[in-house]
Amino acid sequence: MPAIRIQSLCKRYDGTAVVDGVNLEIPRGEFFGLLGPNGAGKTTTLRMLLGLTPIDGGQVDVLGLPMPEGEREVRKRLGIVPQFDTLDPDFTVIENMRTYAAYFGLSGPAVQTRIDRLLEQVNLNDKRGARIDALSGGMKRRLTLARALINEPEVVVLDEPTTGLDPQARHHLWRQLRQLRASGVTLVLTTHYMEEAQELCDRIAIIDHGRIIACDAPSRLIAEHIEPWVLTVGGTDAGEVLERELGPKDRAHQVADTWLVYTADPDRLRERLRALGREPTLREADLEDVFLKLTGHELRD
Amino acid sequence: MPMSGDHPILPRPSLRFVAVWRRNLLVWRKLLVPSMLGNFGEPILYLLAFGYGFGRLVGDLDGMSYMVFIASGIICSSAMFTASFEGMYSAYTRMAEQNTWLGMLATPLTLDDIVFAEAIWAASKGLISATTILVVASVLGLVSDARALLALPVIFLASFTFGALALVITALARSYDFFLYYFTLAVTPMLLLSGVFFPLQELPDWVQTLALALPLAHVVEIVRPLMTGSWPTSVWPHLAVIVGYGAAAIILATALIRRRLLR
Repeated sequence: MPAIRIQSLCKRYDGTAVVDGVNLEIPRGEFFGLLGPNGAGKTTTLRMLLGLTPIDGGQVDVLGLPMPEGEREVRKRLGIVPQFDTLDPDFTVIENMRTYAAYFGLSGPAVQTRIDRLLEQVNLNDKRGARIDALSGGMKRRLTLARALINEPEVVVLDEPTTGLDPQARHHLWRQLRQLRASGVTLVLTTHYMEEAQELCDRIAIIDHGRIIACDAPSRLIAEHIEPWVLTVGGTDAGEVLERELGPKDRAHQVADTWLVYTADPDRLRERLRALGREPTLREADLEDVFLKLTGHELRD
Repeated sequence: MPMSGDHPILPRPSLRFVAVWRRNLLVWRKLLVPSMLGNFGEPILYLLAFGYGFGRLVGDLDGMSYMVFIASGIICSSAMFTASFEGMYSAYTRMAEQNTWLGMLATPLTLDDIVFAEAIWAASKGLISATTILVVASVLGLVSDARALLALPVIFLASFTFGALALVITALARSYDFFLYYFTLAVTPMLLLSGVFFPLQELPDWVQTLALALPLAHVVEIVRPLMTGSWPTSVWPHLAVIVGYGAAAIILATALIRRRLLR
């Protein structure tokens, strides 16, 4: 039995399909990433997974239970890190943990021990008595994660957990997530940071306009969907130069005043450009290149 | 329809609602002093000012001193105010400003549990407020006998009704300003026309009919005799109105809040 199975899932708002026939199967123990531009249907899909949005079509099973009928039983066994902070500002750190535990019907000395261990794990032990508004953004996120683990969940769902965090806080959170993965927990993550998804996830689905347009391991997505190398060329007239020099299989794309050239054979082009007095930079293609190729470069709001 | 597609129409709260109620109790205990001042200090001021000041002019009313008359009325109106405030300003803050409910929805709690807990919590606050006033009233010698204690379960039920009605308004509110409509169009008319400050019978017939179509007058009809040493002439018709409003309001509030948050 997979941790999550989604079949032909649909959701419409005012006649517009926001989720339009999504199929997904996430086996137990996998670290799964759901990527997509704003409005692509990520959060709506997650909400249907959690029983927070009525399903218009298709079927969602979590831990073998149909949603939303199984919402209580499923959420008992799930940990959720929402996109927006839902910590209780009327309580201190430790009170937040205790109150949240009580929502699961958990109390007593065993839970207190678990709370101590979780606060230790996220480096918040010396903040036990602190008010929530005295915590930094990173501390709040760590507390939110600790809180989500209070019921020793089998599946943890994280909706953009690192948005707004500094690199130190982000790396700290990554370490926590890797530990969870190592302990056998299934993780489902949405993020706008491609290097984060590439770094953490076993498998990634890219979703756009309510449909999954690619789903595979990050390395295979890169191998299948994009040329292996990217040359970055600056200068306003780079376009004209590239028009003459581009190989038949190369692709060039303008972003602001620089050009990105996707190519399997960067050496020839790089030499040609150097001879013309340009200094192109060369890097390996990554998940962000795949993402932009599949979902386009236009702004989404 | 997205609203009812996956949920039954009737609310189905579970006993887990107690955890939500306890959360509100814990917060209330932290802010005990300002909270008690609002829920208890103000009605006592009304009682003393109107009772002593106005009472001398009025003399006796319905065979009792004006002070006794108004004490039994203010117990009812303070329960209404306290429960309405809790169901609007405080519940709205938890729903829309602090995302407290959203956090709860990441646990086995359902929205039905949460809305029910909020109504029970509003009822609890109405009861706390009425009880403190009852204590003060009996210290001042305004309560006849132990029958007054029977008023408290009625107050609890009525506060549930007022809390649930307030939650309907909260479900529709886009900002705190919206609550002024309800206070001006429903709470204040009920306060003035339900026999709290003067007997209902003084009013024109059509106003009496209007007052009896709203719940507060029925609360006063049961509570005043109990506080002044007699039995209410009838109980069940009055209770039926209070329960009817309460049941309709909790069903409507749950449905509206589901539609607002679970979309």
